[in-house]
Amino acid sequence: MKTGLSIFIAAFIALGTSWCGFVLAPLLQLGSAQQTVILQTTDNWPLQRTGAATLGLQVYRAYGCAACHTEQVRQTGSAFEVTLTSLGNQKPADFIEFTKSLFVLPGLANYTNAIAASLNGWNGGLPKTLLTATDKDVATEMADRLKAVGVKSETAIIATGPDIARGWGSRLSVAADFLYDQPVQLGSLRAGPDLANIGVRAPDANWQLAHLYAPKSVTPNSTMPSFKFLFEVRKVGASPSPEALNLPKEFAAADGFEIVPKPAAKQLVAYLLSLKANVPLYEAPFTPATAAK
Amino acid sequence: MNLTENNSSCDREINDSLRVPLLALFGGAAVWLIVGLVLGLIAGIKFHAPDFLGACPVMTYGRVAPAANDAVLYGFCIPAALGVALWIFARLSGQPLALPLVPVVAANLWHLGVFIGTAGILLGASSGHTWLEYPRAAAVILFAAFMLIAVSAAATFGWRRQQELYPSHWFLFAGLLWFPWIYSTANILLNSHQLPRGVVQPIIGWWFANNLVFVWLALVGVGTAFYFLPKIAARPLANSGYVLLAFLTLVFFGTWCGIPQGAPVPAWLPTLSSVAAALTLVPLLAISIVTLKTVCGSNVSCKGGPFCFIRFGVMSFIVSGILYVSAACPQYSRILNFTWFGAAQTQLQLLGFAAMILFGAIYELLPQVMGKPLPQPALAKAHFYLSMIGVLLFFVPLVLAGVVQGEKLADANIPFADANTAALKFLRVSTTGQMLILLGALLFAVNIFIMTIQWKLGIAKTVIAYIKSPLETAEVKS
Ligand code: HEC
Repeated sequence: MKTGLSIFIAAFIALGTSWCGFVLAPLLQLGSAQQTVILQTTDNWPLQRTGAATLGLQVYRAYGCAACHTEQVRQTGSAFEVTLTSLGNQKPADFIEFTKSLFVLPGLANYTNAIAASLNGWNGGLPKTLLTATDKDVATEMADRLKAVGVKSETAIIATGPDIARGWGSRLSVAADFLYDQPVQLGSLRAGPDLANIGVRAPDANWQLAHLYAPKSVTPNSTMPSFKFLFEVRKVGASPSPEALNLPKEFAAADGFEIVPKPAAKQLVAYLLSLKANVPLYEAPFTPATAAK
Repeated sequence: MNLTENNSSCDREINDSLRVPLLALFGGAAVWLIVGLVLGLIAGIKFHAPDFLGACPVMTYGRVAPAANDAVLYGFCIPAALGVALWIFARLSGQPLALPLVPVVAANLWHLGVFIGTAGILLGASSGHTWLEYPRAAAVILFAAFMLIAVSAAATFGWRRQQELYPSHWFLFAGLLWFPWIYSTANILLNSHQLPRGVVQPIIGWWFANNLVFVWLALVGVGTAFYFLPKIAARPLANSGYVLLAFLTLVFFGTWCGIPQGAPVPAWLPTLSSVAAALTLVPLLAISIVTLKTVCGSNVSCKGGPFCFIRFGVMSFIVSGILYVSAACPQYSRILNFTWFGAAQTQLQLLGFAAMILFGAIYELLPQVMGKPLPQPALAKAHFYLSMIGVLLFFVPLVLAGVVQGEKLADANIPFADANTAALKFLRVSTTGQMLILLGALLFAVNIFIMTIQWKLGIAKTVIAYIKSPLETAEVKS
């Protein structure tokens, strides 16, 4: 490091390589990404947003909702659930007897108690979840054994992890989910809940509007600030507006007045309702609830 | 470092050349620091009283919080660091500042850019990318202003009389290259009408944020500390081999950090980042050793003076670096991601590390530049203790809040609101810390402003005296 030139070269190489790695390479690898196909369908993902929802993303950006909310769900693992759909010609009691013969299998030894407990007092009602394994091979082996004795079963993949258990998503968020977001609002702090699937979790636009106007009116202990300025309080005209919020008394407007959302509030809610991330993808498989049972 | 770099007449020339640019840079920086801390306090209060100033869209949390962070980083840290760097370059070159008018223009331009940027965020024109919120017009101005200062610094460096290069040179010089590169890349790609597709945006955003908040601040902060610590301790910087190691590993490993674990991006990116973060322990260790060896055994009694500030700043850097590395470690990131822990690390990096070193440097150099002692030395001392206690009260509770919140969020049986409430208790304390830091910053501003006013009055007096002085009789006759 004797000359200015050598410092310059060292710094240039250092930053230049990381620029190639973290700017250029992602641009090349992902910059022209296209829609992907939803698993076991021919449908594309993600869909383009409607006009109102696209504008709503700008409202979300402008008010900095991402300062408190993330839009990315994490997953710690997957579980494989084997569900009986038909016993073939077996009687429930015979079947329970049969399962005991499976317990000697090395893979299943860990699940003996769980299976026995779930079959305890079972009267043969179907479908019946028999096994939830964290290991795919165990589930496959179970399904194979059942098939061999003429019992039909389905194996569902379930994403696991605290975020998913909280109902914040059916699977982890992946790059494809954000394809059309301009700008992408991943967020980095969960002062409020994750919103990756808020459109599935709280699909009622009126609930969303009431929550934005007065968060405490729908979530009593809420610490979310209210966004009252996205609404207009005005005198009721000849007839009440169909858009007027229907709020509990303590939050409602004075008599003769009504609270109606401004366009920005409606766009914001359209955006929130467009957040779903509820389809299985190749890189994030799971079995949607309706298909499993 | 060389202790006798200048003779006194040259000293005076250097100080004269720096006076106006440094007052312009530091004066504005002091204003922005206060603006940033006040906005930060407002944002903090909103967690205890969500509807505090809530009726007004300009003051909504999602605008105030980024405006506060940006005002501290872009408004205070960067111009203050540039001022200090100009001074160090001039001193080490044994030369007055080259093109002294350029940084004066640049300083005003810079502060204008921060003003437009802050107003932009508060009015809703934020770009929506962390640390890049300033709208494009502001970004262009900031870039131009930085380049002007870099030109002046590079010219001072190029025309130096002393041929030797010092460790501070490496760090500060790299900083001059770093900022324009990352800032232009990130703004061209993320502050435009047509953004790159999908998660390419956050990837570039993380790259930028890491290279600015972690690497750039480390370059200028450590570069400054490695100039002043030996100077004040009156002994050479220890172990120059380790210093070189620290510099090279910082630029080569540090620049690859920043992509969070578990981000919805191709897996090689976060993996690379976590390896780089682990390797970043090497420069952290090297910098600790060099600092310890330089500082320990020197008999400087610091008593709240510049030495204290800078020493505390280096310690904060080490702690903040360790927090940064641990958050990149997959086991911990599962708990710490998306919690207050990240904010704690950022605030320590900005207010505990960068700002403290810059305060110390400014308190040390400004009296020399102005040719008179600090007008209120007692306030500077009080500033140190307020800031130190304030920083500790600010970041320690935030770290704890992050850990507690993270552990509660990781257990799906605990309702979300409980995790939130648990964190809010700690936030009470950290708001107190914010107030102390703000109080300290006000004391800092008092010293800077008094010095500026005294200087302006001095000029005014000379001018008036000149006007009043009786004209030569010869002139009167003609
Ligand atoms: C200061 C932090 C903060 C900001 C800013 C903020 N929120 Fe929230 N948000 C919260 C908290 C805390 C909750 C949880 C309590 C509740 O449901 O009200 C929440 C809950 C929500 C929920 C309900 C989630 C659920 O699972 O029921 C939605 C939807 C929401 N916020 C949308 C928004 C939008 C849109 C914005 C921006 C206009 C925003 N939030 C800004 C803190 C914030």
